[in-house]
Amino acid sequence: MSRASAPAALAAPAAVGLKAWLTTTDHKRIGLLYFWTAFGFFLIGGIEALMIRAQLAQPNGHLVSAETYNQLFTMHGTTMVFLALMPLSAAFFNYIIPLQIGARDVAFPRLNAFSYWVFLLGGLFLNASWLTGPLFHAGMLNVAPDGGWFGYANLTERQFSPGPNIDFWLLGLQILGIASLAAGFNFIVTILNLRAPGMKMMRLPTFTWMTLVTQFLIITAFPVITVALVFLMFDRFFGTHFYVHEAGATPLLWQHLFWLFGHPEVYILILPAMGIVSEVLPTFSRKPLFGYPVVVYSGILIGFMGWGVWSHHMFAVGLGPIADSVFAATTMLIAVPTGVKIFNWIATLWGGDIHGTTALHFAVGFIAMFIIGGLSGVTHASPPADLQQTDTYYVVAHIHYVLFGGTIMGLFAGMYYWWPKMTGRLLSEPLGKLHFWLQFVGMNLAFFPMHFIGLLGMPRRIYTYGPELGVSDLNLVSTVGAFLIGLSILVFVFNMWRTSRHGQRASNDPWRGATLEWSIPSPPPVYNFSVIPTVTGRLPRWHTERHPAIQDPPAVPPAPIHVPGGSWWPMVAALGLPIMALSALTHTLWIVFVGVAVLLFGIYRWAFEPFEV
Amino acid sequence: MLRSRWWLTSAALALLGCGGPFPQSTLAPRSDFARATDVLFRDIFWWAAAVFVVVELLLIIALVRFRHREGRAAPRPAHGHTILEIAWTLAPAVILVFVAVPTVRTIFTTAGEDIPPNALKVEVVGHQWWWEYKYPDLGIATANEMHVPVGKPVQVAITSADVIHSFWAPVLGGKRDAIPGHVNYIAFSADSVGDYSGQCAEFCGASHGNMRLRVLVDRDSAFQAWVDEQKGGPAAPPKASLAEQGKAVFSRSACIGCHTIQGVSPGIIGPNLTHVGSRITVAAGLFPNDSAHLASWIADAPSLKPGVLMTRMKPPLTDADIAALVAYLGSLK
Repeated sequence: MSRASAPAALAAPAAVGLKAWLTTTDHKRIGLLYFWTAFGFFLIGGIEALMIRAQLAQPNGHLVSAETYNQLFTMHGTTMVFLALMPLSAAFFNYIIPLQIGARDVAFPRLNAFSYWVFLLGGLFLNASWLTGPLFHAGMLNVAPDGGWFGYANLTERQFSPGPNIDFWLLGLQILGIASLAAGFNFIVTILNLRAPGMKMMRLPTFTWMTLVTQFLIITAFPVITVALVFLMFDRFFGTHFYVHEAGATPLLWQHLFWLFGHPEVYILILPAMGIVSEVLPTFSRKPLFGYPVVVYSGILIGFMGWGVWSHHMFAVGLGPIADSVFAATTMLIAVPTGVKIFNWIATLWGGDIHGTTALHFAVGFIAMFIIGGLSGVTHASPPADLQQTDTYYVVAHIHYVLFGGTIMGLFAGMYYWWPKMTGRLLSEPLGKLHFWLQFVGMNLAFFPMHFIGLLGMPRRIYTYGPELGVSDLNLVSTVGAFLIGLSILVFVFNMWRTSRHGQRASNDPWRGATLEWSIPSPPPVYNFSVIPTVTGRLPRWHTERHPAIQDPPAVPPAPIHVPGGSWWPMVAALGLPIMALSALTHTLWIVFVGVAVLLFGIYRWAFEPFEV
Repeated sequence: MLRSRWWLTSAALALLGCGGPFPQSTLAPRSDFARATDVLFRDIFWWAAAVFVVVELLLIIALVRFRHREGRAAPRPAHGHTILEIAWTLAPAVILVFVAVPTVRTIFTTAGEDIPPNALKVEVVGHQWWWEYKYPDLGIATANEMHVPVGKPVQVAITSADVIHSFWAPVLGGKRDAIPGHVNYIAFSADSVGDYSGQCAEFCGASHGNMRLRVLVDRDSAFQAWVDEQKGGPAAPPKASLAEQGKAVFSRSACIGCHTIQGVSPGIIGPNLTHVGSRITVAAGLFPNDSAHLASWIADAPSLKPGVLMTRMKPPLTDADIAALVAYLGSLK
């Protein structure tokens, strides 16, 4: 089918130029902005990882100093979690969710733009710490955050970390939290209220369902870390004692608050990828998702249970045998709904007609690798065993099998799957498979030896180790694997570049998908659906025993469609936040008033913006 | 059964081509505590390995058997299967019961707080970036190298003077965090004589990677001899010796502000040096305790251990002063 373009009289043509991107409120453009920004941060986080691996390639390495190394691993973790994986998922929420539920946009398009600008500015604020050392009478590469992505108090108190490093971190994370919260509410309202007629909750695509659970986790978990960060900020700037034991408090309060956020955060990172896999497997097995209700319910259950396991990050803290037993039990219990999902995915493949596309490779890679992370997770759900594993490379292996083998594999499955929808061109399949196999081999070389490195006694977060530990060869293998991953990402970048030039044009539905996003052109017109579809089944575009496939919307809208214009004010309002953070960072009071004024001005103009532009 | 499993895991490690020895291996326990956690880990490992094999096999079979072939009939749409789904919900739950029961039992046996009355008590205080050890019942204070008798119950009480650290000697057992304002315990009884290394396991700032430690498990007689030696005052340097000059340098320099040498100086910021000459390493386990390393450490500690509180002296010590100090410290057996 040829690409449909609506007559100008019926809908505004897609605006072009820089202004159109800066003022856009179109969920598809915001999705692409999220994608490119997050992918940029993903490359930065990856370079940090390669420097870490280069330092550890041999014992007594001295490529970077202890201080630089601590900044590198802190920023690697912070960047990957908050600036790469979460916003890459957000790119898909933005682009795909309205299309999957048959909507013309998200519920609050300008709030959506605000979320993006806050995310971008928060990410730039954090990374500015690499370059702005001279402003604080220090060298370059001296004032980046260096307290770990977990930022344990009391090490992060002013007494032990006097520089601006931790200030960058706690202010940057507070900015980013605002972006996540605003987007969280936006997507909950969107999914609950903007569903097409007939799209009952139990007809929602699995990716949309997992996104909904994720957004509830975001709006409940981010306030917790915000509280923790505000306490730390007060301790550092105003001399309060929330984490100071000499004043009767305890630094353990930070750990409880951080992990009360931190464990739901793990599910915030993995559930969207699980949703993607649950879309990709049925499409390429030509078979509905096996046990859809169970996959949905187990996702919801994981969301709830994720709140009751945080202390398994703290088994070495000495909480006592009763607390350790309870958290061991809840942690083991959460393996059950996770295991159920894995069996349902395999059952989806079973009996199917499996088309081995690159997207399917990555989705299967997710299952194969995530199970390793899940099983190593069970070994440290047992507190006595964990006493030998926590804070060693064994846990580094675990987290990377979950977040790289799991989340990143899932996100790449989503990229290859939805790329034609998002850009109108199909990524090269041969290059995609080369990318997959390089990444698959690379990640196993990089992360599998870490299990042994940890069991042989190498703690994590050490900038150097002695040859007497006996782990030098294993570390070298791991470094080689990390660089192989780097190579695989270069192949992907080349694939994107080549596709933008020579890629095959995508039809509406290159994969024969079941969900609504495949019923409209690739890329979709600005209004998405010329006519909002009426949904009759869970797989609206497939003919099943109960429901016939629904008709695709007509190529040309039968009636005029109002498409709102752009707005500058979300970006202006967003600008106020890093200005306020700058005030704290530089201990300059008047700047905060400038920031507040910019924020209020932006919100005011936003609130009274004329409806028609 | 256990033995054969042990061999399997060890063989897997050997196959990787890394020879060893592995001084911080968690897979070679040398105490009751380490053995208990090791047995538990190996049990869980084999359950996990079994699940891994089953799931990956199913996945591979599905991929091979149902891969696309031209002319294959459209798959039958299966939306679910209640009995199957109940089965694969219950199966992991049952396996987890087999993991949970020994886990809870081991949690209580390794809590470290109920100890026999004759246990040797050692207090550990973590500092950025070294370990302080006190033996309250014996009146001994030392640093970085802990001595314990073989085959006797030992209870270690762990806390911190500054940020959070984690005391970990893997061969003797799991780690516990050293938290300011909070005391954690581990208890173990070492079952063979040896020099076991460990290090701080909780990120604690610039030199976290340099915060190493040793536990020396001695025969009873050797332990008693060590105790007697440590209880005494510092060895007095011979008259007119280099060591005596060193004592004078020590007494007039900033050293006394931070270090204790019984009868000479009362500092408590840095390690107690009363018997520093009897230790096998300096700088929290980083270097062997010989004249060359001691001299470079005294001259310029920050270049050897980033962030260390022991700064370069102002004005700098002369080479002669350092040589004298090294002779004096070396004489403090």
